[in-house]
Amino acid sequence: MAPNPLHLGVALDGAGWHPAAWREPNSRPADLFSAGYWTDLVTTAQRGLLDFVSIEDSLAIPEERHARTDDAVDRVRARIDANLIAARIAPVTRHIGLIPTVTTTHTEPFHISKSIATLDYTSRGRAGWQVRVSGTPGEAAHFGRRELRAITATELAEAVASGTFPGEVHDLFDEAADAVEVVRRLWDSWEDGAEIHDVATRRFIDRDKLHYIDFEGRFFSVRGPSITPRPPQGQPVVAALAHGPLIYEFAARGADLVFVTPTREAGPGPIVEQVTAAAARVDRTGEPLRIYADIVVFLDTDETTGPQRLARLNEHAGDEFASDAGIFAGSADELAELLIEWSGRGVDGFRLRPGVAVDDLAAITDRLVPALQRHGVFRTSYPDGSLRALLGLPTTVPNRYATA
Amino acid sequence: MSTPRKQVILGAYLGGVNHHTAWWHPAAGSQIDFSSFEHTARTAERGKFDFFFLAEGLILRERAGQIFDQDIIGRPDTFTVLASIAAVTEHLGLAGTINATFNEPYELARQLASLDHLSDGRAAWNVVTSFDAFTGQNFRRGGFLDPADRYVRAEETLNAVRALWDSWEAEDLVADKDSGRFLARPDAGAFAFHGSQFDISGRFTVPRSPQGRPVILQAGVSPQGRDFAAANADAIFSPFGKLPEAADFYRDIKARAVAAGRAAEDIKILPSASFVLGDTEAEAIEKFHAIRNEQVTGQTALILLEQIWNRDLSGYDPEGPVPDIDPDPAAPPIIQGRAFVHQDRFATVERLRQVAEAKQLTLREVVIDQFERGPLVGTPTQVAEQIDSFVQNNGSDGFILGSHLVPWGIDEFVDKVVPLLQDRGALRTEYTGTTLRDNLGLPNVRSTVAADA
Repeated sequence: MAPNPLHLGVALDGAGWHPAAWREPNSRPADLFSAGYWTDLVTTAQRGLLDFVSIEDSLAIPEERHARTDDAVDRVRARIDANLIAARIAPVTRHIGLIPTVTTTHTEPFHISKSIATLDYTSRGRAGWQVRVSGTPGEAAHFGRRELRAITATELAEAVASGTFPGEVHDLFDEAADAVEVVRRLWDSWEDGAEIHDVATRRFIDRDKLHYIDFEGRFFSVRGPSITPRPPQGQPVVAALAHGPLIYEFAARGADLVFVTPTREAGPGPIVEQVTAAAARVDRTGEPLRIYADIVVFLDTDETTGPQRLARLNEHAGDEFASDAGIFAGSADELAELLIEWSGRGVDGFRLRPGVAVDDLAAITDRLVPALQRHGVFRTSYPDGSLRALLGLPTTVPNRYATA
Repeated sequence: MSTPRKQVILGAYLGGVNHHTAWWHPAAGSQIDFSSFEHTARTAERGKFDFFFLAEGLILRERAGQIFDQDIIGRPDTFTVLASIAAVTEHLGLAGTINATFNEPYELARQLASLDHLSDGRAAWNVVTSFDAFTGQNFRRGGFLDPADRYVRAEETLNAVRALWDSWEAEDLVADKDSGRFLARPDAGAFAFHGSQFDISGRFTVPRSPQGRPVILQAGVSPQGRDFAAANADAIFSPFGKLPEAADFYRDIKARAVAAGRAAEDIKILPSASFVLGDTEAEAIEKFHAIRNEQVTGQTALILLEQIWNRDLSGYDPEGPVPDIDPDPAAPPIIQGRAFVHQDRFATVERLRQVAEAKQLTLREVVIDQFERGPLVGTPTQVAEQIDSFVQNNGSDGFILGSHLVPWGIDEFVDKVVPLLQDRGALRTEYTGTTLRDNLGLPNVRSTVAADA
């Protein structure tokens, strides 16, 4: 294997990232909420030796960025909890990383900490967390505890273009950064070896190895320690999707991976520079933030080409497919060449978004991965070890509270 | 022909944070590793149990301001463990305690409905509320609830969660590729709930789950608690392990359920119990006493009494008499983080003194004697008989069983007692239903139309 192997994960979202994906012949729209569907997808990804699957989630009915109307009945307008999907899959997979999305704006960091830690136990060291921030008034109304102002599409476009977000957006990300900090502190709040099981003194734990985190922030405070002992990886992998400098800074403050969305035209270079600059602004030290480029893929199959498949999907959807990430439609060999080219331009890995989950995931496993292997840039078997090991992150993570 | 024998409902309980689990036993396994949970669940399913039950902890216990180090204190997240157990079992119900004070209805409804989908209809929720500011320290929105609001909060949470579950009809999910229709109606999942605790509205993301409404479990001893559970729960934990107290409770709950407009059989009554088996009755009793003697060390006994006295009793001799001082209910709690509430500390103290005097017991011995309710002790035949006759005499509809030995303790029960219950016709030999509701004999609520009819 090459000294700098290419890292490859997939992002799973319902029937696929194209809004008409559910109507494709191989898609299983009635199964989208069943364990069997997700087990099949993740098993396919594991057959392709991929680093991880991430599972999208939100606390709102899925909708397109430029939704035509709120009452569409021809789209997948439902989803189930991603963390529980990951937990359901954990015992029936062995190697692949599991990175559910958990929205932190409304959910307690204490709960997130113990649920991801527990996923790390039930998956035996393969857990991650994609942090999602919710800024929509609709999601806030589901909780009724705070009011959020709707940011219009125009405001959002202006903000992304200028990099200057309204104050409340800064607050949301500051709050999310605090939540990530709390979750990480809770993961460290039990030192390794805190469970001593000392029969002679009847002490189950050494209380000197448990730590109050005593977090006091602008938005909330959390005392700790965690109820769940430190997870197998020490620190499960934290990831965030980011589209601009403010969010690159958020990722640089607390994440291990950042998922970015370079365009095909510009390539990853400009974004890599922005991420690096953001990391410098927030004085990130230690491990560098790993940059993964997101690409939506429509791959050639035996029956039809990627571009033809995309055209057919667009026709079903009644709309040209639009995406925040770059779109690739073509052969696996061409995609392999693109990934190899981009991986020399500052990205650490790729997260492919299958346009149609069932079909494109099969093509990634059966066509793209062999193509990458022929180029000598992708593993031919899984090594033993955790998700951190798979991603090339340090597997020994110092505990901030360790005294010895 | 006689009517079919009343079926015994069985739940398997994996002991968490307490002094009942013999963690120091050389054969004891981990309380955290998934393999322990997996073994218990698989074994319970082999024994045709109805469900696996997990308690919840949201803060580490403290004694006098220090983290408690004498017993097991760490545990994994309930929902995550249950979803993972769904992967290694097929029929077993998956029940978890989840606190309604530190979770919002939207996320509770969503996680439970998701678990129900991912397990093909096996999710159950033990609804608890907390009014404990100590636990609230781990939650950003605090969480202190006025004790008077406890049932208001619980009732509104349940009503809000049900409103969310009911926001989807089973028929709303069409997913027809040919017509391009995914939803039957554009507003599937639309909900609004307005109460004193919650003011929420929007769209629920989870289609109606296989059980329609996951199974609801409750505990309640006070008249208010009994009424609440009888009106709302599918099953209620009984605090009584001995007839005839248990039969009184059983009759009372069923009557309250009927008064609330439900059928008596729509609510199941389940005490928790530990079990100890032996080849002879004498051996089982000896084993039981040996385990109790090991579980309740002098230090454990003092700590259990401190919860009642709410005083530092560390100066007392465990092998001496029961402390002669009065409890101090007004002081700040010496033990924090336990859902253990004494209604009347003075009465409990008086009872312990009387028992100690009558039976000539030391402080530690009186704890051993008084702090275990309704253990099932005997030969497998005797234990099968105890369980079956308790249920046939309407002491309960079944039991939630926990072993002192995690995770292997349940094996002995499944290997030795389950076949005897099956021989008596009191326990199924194969699962018959497809959902937990089916297996428990509860009404189907797959669609709100059917449920309201």
